[in-house]
Amino acid sequence: MKKLMHIFLVALFLFFFYSGRALSEQREIICASTTSTENSGLFGYILPIFEKKTGIKVKVVARGTGAAIEMGKRGDADVAVVHAKEQELKAVEEGFFVNRRDIMYNDFVIIGPAYDPSGIKGVNSAPDAFRKIAESGKPFVSRGDNSGTHTKELSIWKNAGIEPKGQKWYLEVGQGMEKTQRIANEKRAYTLTDRGTWLATKDKDRLEMIIVLEGDPILFNQYGVMAVNLQKHSHAKYKEASEFADWLVSKEGQEAIASFKDKNGNQLFIPNAR
Amino acid sequence: MDSIIDGFLKAFSLIFTLDRELIAIITLSLQVSGMAIVIAALIGIPAGAVTGLMKFPGRGFLITLSNTFMGLPPVAVGLFLYLILSRSGPLGFMALLYTPSAMIIAQTILALPIVSSLCHSSIVSVPPIIGQAASTLGATPYQRAVAIVKEARHGIFAGIIAGLGRVMAEVGAILIVGGNIAGYTRVMTTTIALETDKGNFELALALGIILVIISLIINMVLYIFQKKGAQTKA
Repeated sequence: MKKLMHIFLVALFLFFFYSGRALSEQREIICASTTSTENSGLFGYILPIFEKKTGIKVKVVARGTGAAIEMGKRGDADVAVVHAKEQELKAVEEGFFVNRRDIMYNDFVIIGPAYDPSGIKGVNSAPDAFRKIAESGKPFVSRGDNSGTHTKELSIWKNAGIEPKGQKWYLEVGQGMEKTQRIANEKRAYTLTDRGTWLATKDKDRLEMIIVLEGDPILFNQYGVMAVNLQKHSHAKYKEASEFADWLVSKEGQEAIASFKDKNGNQLFIPNAR
Repeated sequence: MDSIIDGFLKAFSLIFTLDRELIAIITLSLQVSGMAIVIAALIGIPAGAVTGLMKFPGRGFLITLSNTFMGLPPVAVGLFLYLILSRSGPLGFMALLYTPSAMIIAQTILALPIVSSLCHSSIVSVPPIIGQAASTLGATPYQRAVAIVKEARHGIFAGIIAGLGRVMAEVGAILIVGGNIAGYTRVMTTTIALETDKGNFELALALGIILVIISLIINMVLYIFQKKGAQTKA
């Protein structure tokens, strides 16, 4: 019995030890990105195409844009694909990233309960819509997590001249986009979301919500790619990261982005690299 | 209600179709948590034995510390470890962040206090007569200690099972230090969290059910081992 136990333990140990070994010396990079690109399935679609072409494996860690940029700043990623242009340019200026380029865009939309209790439908400007929601005192759910969407939302509030923080109707949930939508649905609240997440999830999550405002230029959502600066973090895999970034803005990469469709056949991202 | 029924149906279809991706995820879960509990036992049992059998200054403090750390919030452990393992942190040069090794370290930290505390308490509750009898029969202090630890083995075993349960179910720490990278650091609990985020409730629930089934099998195997051990003794 004792012998058997020993053999069992040794086998167990070897099994676990092997786990660390299975990783080969493949070329790979860590890409800090956002929940919207990961959860929509975009990366799952385009990364195998890139990997097949170059042999570089891209390991995606999905966080909010703020956290994703922070990851790169700390040297915990090689490349970042995020969507908060001002924050990105600031990080480039500080020297943490280099060579930021536009890749693609989608847009934000304001969604709310299907019966539109604050009467937003018909309003054309996002700040006006936010002002109306504030005046009606109906709940508004905010990401509250420094993500790209959150940053955009705050800039709209600022534009509307309203300080929502601390108001009774303003709910900061600190969660990803899809969870935030579901919370808004449960609370009969309004929220700002990106069209990609909205299209990909509204049916699946059985959201009893509609788009109450879209098309305002302020709701434009630009995605960019930038590589971690070798001068800040000498271990960063700049060469592979650049290869990835170059591919994203190349004709082939742009076509891959354009051909990505969600389950319902909607195109979620529109490539616009120059 | 439909979601719950669908979850169960999906769980069984996943189990029976043996989806390759799912098997990789389950294997990684077992490897990470298994390795963590093995390391925690290798450190925790001697630590529990030392605090249980020997008197030395600071002993009471160590015991209290170990008991307190049984309730460490996994997210806090994850964040702490992230800051240490980050490229900008003190151990950044080891390039451990976002690897299975980082996850093993995190779970070892979580399991260690449970293993050592329960080991300690089961050793101190061994009747003193065992140690006295061993001494009377001419045992060296080491042999005496071994006799007491042997007597406490059921309690120690329970500590290992409790520790394993804690790390198998844990998500906060490994999400932060592992990064939930598909095909590399994605384990069962982080997959459940992700699929819940994505709104795939049925799949998330199915994975939860599978996790419970796996835990059940592990515990059944351990129980058989424990029982056989007791029989050979008798």
